Amino acid sequence: MSVKIKHFPGEEIETKDFREGKVLFESFRPKARYAWSAGIAISRFLEELKNGRIIASTCSKCGRIMVPPRIYCEKCFKPTDGWTYVKDTGVINTFSVSYIASDASRLKEPIVVAVIELDGASPGMGIVHLLGEYGDWRQLKIGMRVQAVWKPPEERVGAITDIKYFKPVKE
Amino acid sequence: MFGKKRVAIVGAGITLFRRNLKETGKELAYHAAKMALEQAGMELRDIQSVVMGTAPDAFDGVHMKGEYLADGAGAYHKPYTRVFVGGGTGVFTPLAGWWHVASGKFDTCLVVCEEKMSSCYPHPQYAFTTIFDPILERPIGMNLIWIFALEMHRYMHKHNIKKEDIALVSVKNKRNALDNPIAQLGANITVEDVLNSEIMAWPVQRLDVSPTSDGAAAVVLVSEDVAKEVTDNPVWIDGVGWCIDSTHWTNRDLYYPDYVEYAARMAYKMAGIKNPPKEIDVAEPYDPFDYKELHHMEGLLLCRKGEAPKLTREGVTQRDGDLPVCPSGGLLGCGNPIAAAGLMKVCEIFWQLRGEAGKRQVPGDPRTGVAQAWGDLMQYGSVIVLRR
Repeated sequence: MSVKIKHFPGEEIETKDFREGKVLFESFRPKARYAWSAGIAISRFLEELKNGRIIASTCSKCGRIMVPPRIYCEKCFKPTDGWTYVKDTGVINTFSVSYIASDASRLKEPIVVAVIELDGASPGMGIVHLLGEYGDWRQLKIGMRVQAVWKPPEERVGAITDIKYFKPVKE
Repeated sequence: MFGKKRVAIVGAGITLFRRNLKETGKELAYHAAKMALEQAGMELRDIQSVVMGTAPDAFDGVHMKGEYLADGAGAYHKPYTRVFVGGGTGVFTPLAGWWHVASGKFDTCLVVCEEKMSSCYPHPQYAFTTIFDPILERPIGMNLIWIFALEMHRYMHKHNIKKEDIALVSVKNKRNALDNPIAQLGANITVEDVLNSEIMAWPVQRLDVSPTSDGAAAVVLVSEDVAKEVTDNPVWIDGVGWCIDSTHWTNRDLYYPDYVEYAARMAYKMAGIKNPPKEIDVAEPYDPFDYKELHHMEGLLLCRKGEAPKLTREGVTQRDGDLPVCPSGGLLGCGNPIAAAGLMKVCEIFWQLRGEAGKRQVPGDPRTGVAQAWGDLMQYGSVIVLRR
């Protein structure tokens, strides 16, 4: 890109090279499998989801009520020292309407994902989840009130998906 | 002065950026490194240390990619380190090179960044799904574009910014890229083209986004003593800064990247810059999405919060404006081989300050420039200030 450079290396493989079968493919699909520890704080959080409740942890130094909960406050760098329930209602902090799946393939019906600030947590403390029962997505607005729609108790397993989605609710 | 030695860039090299290149990552690294050495008038035997930057191993499907790429980067039998801070890698790698030399430990350091994204099928985006929390985020089907869309929407909401104004960045950068011989997506497009392009994850549309790419870039860093021997026009690394925020990204207000501001303040303080908009002549903020250029102009303190769209609309950020931004064409125009794209920005500032940028040269004899990259879960900022 300097005027002193006249040639830039790189041989492009064009779409037609793929079409014409000029490209050798060696494929590999990793067979690695994982079983993650949920951790001390999130295990408690998941157990409470199974009960239909959302639990936060608190830090007595900075006063934050934190969700997702954690066993240490990353700002004060000390152990959190309390647990408290927050509500399953809140406001939309931001949202997106996705026409692509995680592998970049296209979706006919969009998925709406949002950051939801939960009532009872410190201001700005949100979780990411899906929105549902919203009708036309063009009617959605940042600042709208939403409420969790839970799976029936017998279907809950202690996972973030025990909440099916959040739906808009009237003030 | 910070450190024991002042550090200069004395040569830069780069390959084409393309969706698919025939070369392997090692071959691309070799071409960029060799070109940087030639431009510096140096040979590999003059190089005492090597730093490589490259993004997730998952793109290539080759674990320990740093080791795999080492000989292409000229590291054979040399002190070698691979660094990786997500999308921030391309600007962080020369920062790591800087401390190799500034510490006094080495007089020379070859800095190479490579990315080969075309190996990953069906799309390299899929490799990114593993950056999300496995318990709380992945089960709901997270994908990378979502988090950008969430951030972009929050930014638009907070300052009441229209998509039309954001699209101007894509129009500008793709046009700037027409003058860049390495660019993948230089084009003359209109705001309407952007607004009518496919919705990916609203508000993000197809032409708001940079493409995936293969490519490599490299720079040669030397101490002041060596710089005097090898060149009459060194470009000095006068400021370095880097900062990370928490991975609890749903707990912070995404409208403003304060971690970029902290990195910028660190770099400006070191460079003695008190009034960035006045003292910086040319800027290359990280622009993987059009709104990110605006977001980062604000984080870099080049304007007030929410003011970047207005400056863009007024033409201030055009190549012949008062504050040229991404004269290279940026990632939107040149392509986004992650680590190489960040280092491309450093190369561009180097060439702009040396007056070697040809058709892309910004007027006014620029003396001070800033480049910045950004990454991980919307949490990492790396900033470099260059002066001649």
